Amino acid sequence: MSEILSAPYVLEYTYTRSTGPVVGRFLESLRYEVLEGVKTADGRVLCPPLEYDEAGEPTTDEFVQLRPSGTVKTWSWVPKPRKGHPFDRPFAWALIQIDGADNAMVHAVDAGKAKRMRTGMRVRLRWADEKHGTIRDIACFEPIASYLPSPVHLEYDVNPGKHYSAYLRGLQEGKLIGGRDPVAGKVYVPPRGADPMTGNPTNDYVEVPDVGVLTTFTIIRIPFEGQKLKPPYCFGAIVLDGADSPIYHLISGVPHDEIRMGMRVKAKWKPQDEWETSLENILYFEPTGEPDASFDSYREHL
Amino acid sequence: MRDVAIVSFSQLPSVKAIDATDEPELVQPVTSDAMKQVGLTQDDIGFTCSGSTDYLPGRPFSFVAAVDGLKATPPIRESHVEMDGAFALYEAWVRLMHGDIDTALVFSFGKSSLGSVPDILNLQNDPYYVQPLGLDSISAAALQAQAMIDAGKATERDFAEVVARSRKSAIDNPNAHIKGELSVDEMLEEPYISSPLRKSFCPPVSDSAAAVVLAVGDRAKELVKRPAWIRGIDHRTEPHALGQRDLTTSPSSALAAEKAGLGHGSVDLAELHAPFAHQEIILREAMGLGGDVNINPSGGALSANSLMTAGLIRFGEVASRILSGGARRALAHTTNGVCLQHNLVAILEGE
Repeated sequence: MSEILSAPYVLEYTYTRSTGPVVGRFLESLRYEVLEGVKTADGRVLCPPLEYDEAGEPTTDEFVQLRPSGTVKTWSWVPKPRKGHPFDRPFAWALIQIDGADNAMVHAVDAGKAKRMRTGMRVRLRWADEKHGTIRDIACFEPIASYLPSPVHLEYDVNPGKHYSAYLRGLQEGKLIGGRDPVAGKVYVPPRGADPMTGNPTNDYVEVPDVGVLTTFTIIRIPFEGQKLKPPYCFGAIVLDGADSPIYHLISGVPHDEIRMGMRVKAKWKPQDEWETSLENILYFEPTGEPDASFDSYREHL
Repeated sequence: MRDVAIVSFSQLPSVKAIDATDEPELVQPVTSDAMKQVGLTQDDIGFTCSGSTDYLPGRPFSFVAAVDGLKATPPIRESHVEMDGAFALYEAWVRLMHGDIDTALVFSFGKSSLGSVPDILNLQNDPYYVQPLGLDSISAAALQAQAMIDAGKATERDFAEVVARSRKSAIDNPNAHIKGELSVDEMLEEPYISSPLRKSFCPPVSDSAAAVVLAVGDRAKELVKRPAWIRGIDHRTEPHALGQRDLTTSPSSALAAEKAGLGHGSVDLAELHAPFAHQEIILREAMGLGGDVNINPSGGALSANSLMTAGLIRFGEVASRILSGGARRALAHTTNGVCLQHNLVAILEGE
């Protein structure tokens, strides 16, 4: 055991500070969400204002109102804020040159992540909800994005056409419908207006089973806008038994490193009471456990 | 101008915490040792001056208590600066110019282990515009380091190389706090404290104390064979507001070095008080210290950083090398304030 006694100890001073005509005016203006700089004798603008410039010259009594925005001159990202810091979440310290000022102000930038910080970035001032006439009436600065939201919204009625309608109606009943070229005998799932090989109309509808061969596949590992599933996931081309064109769907129920070309797969359907006119009635295709199809059996469908 | 020399130097090894001592207990061993080395007692000292800050122990007027570590009866001529002990040395040098006394004792003590130094140093900041935000000293230095990177003057790898060299040099220094062979690549894997500063780019926080004895002219020659003559000494200060300075340069250290006479001859070595790695790069560039100058053979403040003492130790390390004959002409530097605001430079020389 240590011989030396030790105890916690807090040092506090309840000092007040007089502010004077320059600093005082600046801090008072912050209460009203007004950001001001002071002019120096040689015509520069200091924000925050000082009584004297760096050459020791008294500044003037001329104040100018400034836009509450500026440019980051240097910065430091703080991943773990200290107790006395203005945020308890990661943030940046920065020297910020307010637009129209010739010096820079120390303050915090609430940027969310370090990646958004760079010297030269544009920031806007965020006012504190409650003002007390101190520098903390400026809550912080935040990044100004150099782009603006520009969404497009248009409304249409979609008409899938005769053949696709037949396909979708089939799906509503749990059936997979294809269109057959009556001459060449090829079956296209989903059905299309004509056999692209012969040009013949494919007006004969035939039902094919929900079982087939996985002819090729990819594993998606990168995120993208509008993605519905969390990567990684597998997407594959499936030639259903009796069909001559593939449909595309998720492959699941099997570890990714066991997925292979030629694997026999079967549709996993949603509960029947949720069926709609949509391929989403099938959740995904999963292995049947049957032996793989030989490459020659599907090579013409690749 | 009278010729003033450092004739002795004593320091406590810098360590994480010297638990067993209050201020007089810290001071007494180094002041008595510095005087004993040259056969003096407090009665022989014309002027005593110390440097420290009360915010380190959190005890107002702790520097007054430190006088208890001296013999102050009959009453002594004594002064104190709320700065590093090197600035007390400067005051003592000025005092010796008066011509009525021939010796001075300078000491400083830094018990940094009691509080949170980065937070205490926020009290150096502007009380209206910066202090209320809580800008700790590491974050302030980080703003300067990032400005260095943005200006293309240094990279993080350059910072790490300064640290690696410093802590390697410190291996031979029994008084250094952090020492050893460090891998630059490993340092660059450390997480940021305040980007771009990682733990190794920052100084340790150490406890220590140091003292030197100054003597004038013939008195110095009586006391030691080879006095470390202060050929020139100069202190320059820059504006307080960080937003009104180019943080990537140090015009104050450039000017102080010029006024101290750096240009009048070559120097063998320089002890630079650069607590943060990037600050050494700024100081070297400002003072024009090239690759021929041995920088911080002691390991510098990156290896031992007791506040208010690390600067005086730079002077002591330089003086020791001159007193022992290991150096001919050398530069000692001390900084105080935020981001190298104050800079004190001296040129010391043997006979």
